[in-house]
Amino acid sequence: MKIIKHTFDGVIVGAGGAGLRAAIEAAPYMNLAVISKLYPTRSHTGAAQGGMGAALANVEEDNWNWHAFDTVKGSDYLADQPAVDILCKEAIDSVIELEHWGLPFSRLDSGKIAQRRFGGHTVREGEAPAFRACYAADRTGHMILQTLYQKCVSMGVQFFDEFQVLDVNIDDGVCKGVIAYEVSTGYIHIFESRAVTFATGGFGKIYKVSSNAHSLTGDGPAILFQKGLPLEDMEFYQFHPTGIYKLGILLSEAARGEGGILRNKNGERFMERYAPTIKDLAPRDMVSRAIATEVREGNGAGPNSDYVYLDLTHLGEEVIKEKLPDITDFVRTYVKIEPITDPVPVQPTAHYAMGGIPTNTSSEVCSDEKGTVLPGVFAAGEAACVSVHGANRLGTNSLLDIVVFGRRAGKSMVEYVSSTRPDGLSESVATPIVNKIKKLLEPENNTPSSVASIRNELQESMEVNAKIFRTEKTLADQQEILGELREKSKNINVSDKGTVFNTELLEAIELEYLLDMSDATVGSAIMRKESRGAHTREDYPERDDENYLKHTFITKDSGGNLEVNYKDVELGKYEPMERKY
Amino acid sequence: MLIEVRILRYNIETQQKSHWDVFEVEALPDDRILDVLQEIKSTKDGSLAYRKSCAHGVCGSDAMIINGVNSLACQVLVKEVSTPIKIEPIRGLPVLKDLIVDMDTFFDSYKKVLPYLISEDDGGERERLQSPEDVEKIEDTTKCILCAACTTSCPVFWTSDSFVGPASLVNAHRFIFDSRDKGNTQRLEILKDVNGAFRCRTAFNCTDACPRGIKVTKAIEEVKREISLNS
Repeated sequence: MKIIKHTFDGVIVGAGGAGLRAAIEAAPYMNLAVISKLYPTRSHTGAAQGGMGAALANVEEDNWNWHAFDTVKGSDYLADQPAVDILCKEAIDSVIELEHWGLPFSRLDSGKIAQRRFGGHTVREGEAPAFRACYAADRTGHMILQTLYQKCVSMGVQFFDEFQVLDVNIDDGVCKGVIAYEVSTGYIHIFESRAVTFATGGFGKIYKVSSNAHSLTGDGPAILFQKGLPLEDMEFYQFHPTGIYKLGILLSEAARGEGGILRNKNGERFMERYAPTIKDLAPRDMVSRAIATEVREGNGAGPNSDYVYLDLTHLGEEVIKEKLPDITDFVRTYVKIEPITDPVPVQPTAHYAMGGIPTNTSSEVCSDEKGTVLPGVFAAGEAACVSVHGANRLGTNSLLDIVVFGRRAGKSMVEYVSSTRPDGLSESVATPIVNKIKKLLEPENNTPSSVASIRNELQESMEVNAKIFRTEKTLADQQEILGELREKSKNINVSDKGTVFNTELLEAIELEYLLDMSDATVGSAIMRKESRGAHTREDYPERDDENYLKHTFITKDSGGNLEVNYKDVELGKYEPMERKY
Repeated sequence: MLIEVRILRYNIETQQKSHWDVFEVEALPDDRILDVLQEIKSTKDGSLAYRKSCAHGVCGSDAMIINGVNSLACQVLVKEVSTPIKIEPIRGLPVLKDLIVDMDTFFDSYKKVLPYLISEDDGGERERLQSPEDVEKIEDTTKCILCAACTTSCPVFWTSDSFVGPASLVNAHRFIFDSRDKGNTQRLEILKDVNGAFRCRTAFNCTDACPRGIKVTKAIEEVKREISLNS
């Protein structure tokens, strides 16, 4: 197997919003490489739709403190409040900066950036829905991704496109570089680099019905987890209320921000019962739970009574065409329904990981619950857990997270690189990876299992046992299934023996990452005996601040045994209260 | 239902002549062609190679020719096409393996047109103002996802990949008509080159091919007019 070595000061893994924003910050000050398993413009930031929250106050009075209050309340008080303050305060400059770099925001008649309503965002700490989400029609993420990539092109940032990351080298507690697989050739590349940022995005492909891209397999978090490093708050996984029925394709909360209404099979606006003040604009955990409850109680629509309707028919053709053009096109393309005249069948869809690689507010990765920094390793975006989203992320806050903490990761890389010296990395560091690939290509047994069948079993079982409603029993069942799938995965036979675009080999590697993410999610969920945010334990229906106002840190030892530790939440201005909307 | 799918196969590694493989596979009428490819890869031939990511038409990974039409595999449903379904790689870029082509030429052309905002000031503390009417001028061309469906449907590009191609011109348009951009002197100079906008022969293939519904030919005509007005 051919091995090629490169030397850089810094490497960023992942070229979505967080990775690109970090690159813009770091590139002027160091020899930097960005490696991505996709072309950067294919990254899933581009699929984000509705908007980016920032208290610009372009439509009505607003300030970042109200945004912070909403974010903390939305998080079910699990977010770290100093980090939330940073997020909401720096949001404003981050939006302005993107505008200056060319982002074509939708505009008000005054020429200022337009803002719309979104779930869980209010004025004056819960009084009424706020116009806070800055948007570009319903393709805000696409515009952010394009704008950041354009900026990188203008700066001459060096990209390694279609390189799959396989390992990070940490020697004596210090980062030395990463190892990647060049998809077009099958060559192994060693990137010697003393600063490495993981911005690999989420892992929504652990579930069957998901808004996530095929590529979202938790690569960064999984690689660190395999090294015995902890992942934080992995039990908190967000299910977005309005995925297209069966397909899971996202229909933005902006649809409800613009006035869309959820209805059950009787045509009832059921959210009035669950969130009397802000109704359909309640946070996502509450709306998804409400939909699941309606379905359970027999109020679901369709032959299997398993979906509800998103009704946009009262908005009028003009609003839909101007403000929601893409999502209504998805409905026409995939379910052949005209949303201007007919309601759309929707169900909750796996959407966003609140948990991930633990970081501090400088985007430095922490190696334990005490906050010990792992020198040279940084993380940002969905792959990371700062934690600004706590137990439930508010809509529009992920696009903020990527730019605010992507920038901080880039800045921290610069500081780290300027204060350290290169230390050398031998080619032998690639040996374990070379052996791993050889084993996948040349199985030693006669009963090979296929990647696709294990992946299907994984996604289907996670969907049943570890989605919105969970109990001790479903989670224990799932742990057993995960153990069996792990055993099967040891016999994977990659039938393609080639080196050029061996995507079957990549899928085998990604499956291992998905199994790791599932282990961490279920292992964290079974230990949290309370219900908070997106984590609903039917056997423990109440929030328990006395025992669980803390972050979960899960690790796995070389024998595959999981261990859970906890870290207190950093509180601030906002005392935990009952969460009503 | 059982459907027949014919896929044009090639692998640069073995250099064998490209050939058609025929697969019979279970599919539902509502399945996307991408789902069908996944089914073939999962159950029939793990070595089948294609790019994929978002699976709903926004990332631009899976442009290919489906029954003769440049399309995104995730945007076409089984019930919308006649069987047997014929799938080939997009044309005009070197094939590396099966439905995967080398995108380097495509992205190099994109970078040639200075696809970023060029401004004279730092923008100040607040956003630059832009009227909704001015946003409207670039609304269509900002939708581009760089999937290459347009460029690889262009007969001029097929004969010469030195032509910057429709996708680059769409991205040039997006900045030329952005009221905040001040880079047109440089950009129009590049575009009036022999391989620039005027190599377009208005075949309209690009407009038909665009999975985002961008009026590509119209945008190219607007770029041509802008060059003429400025020279």
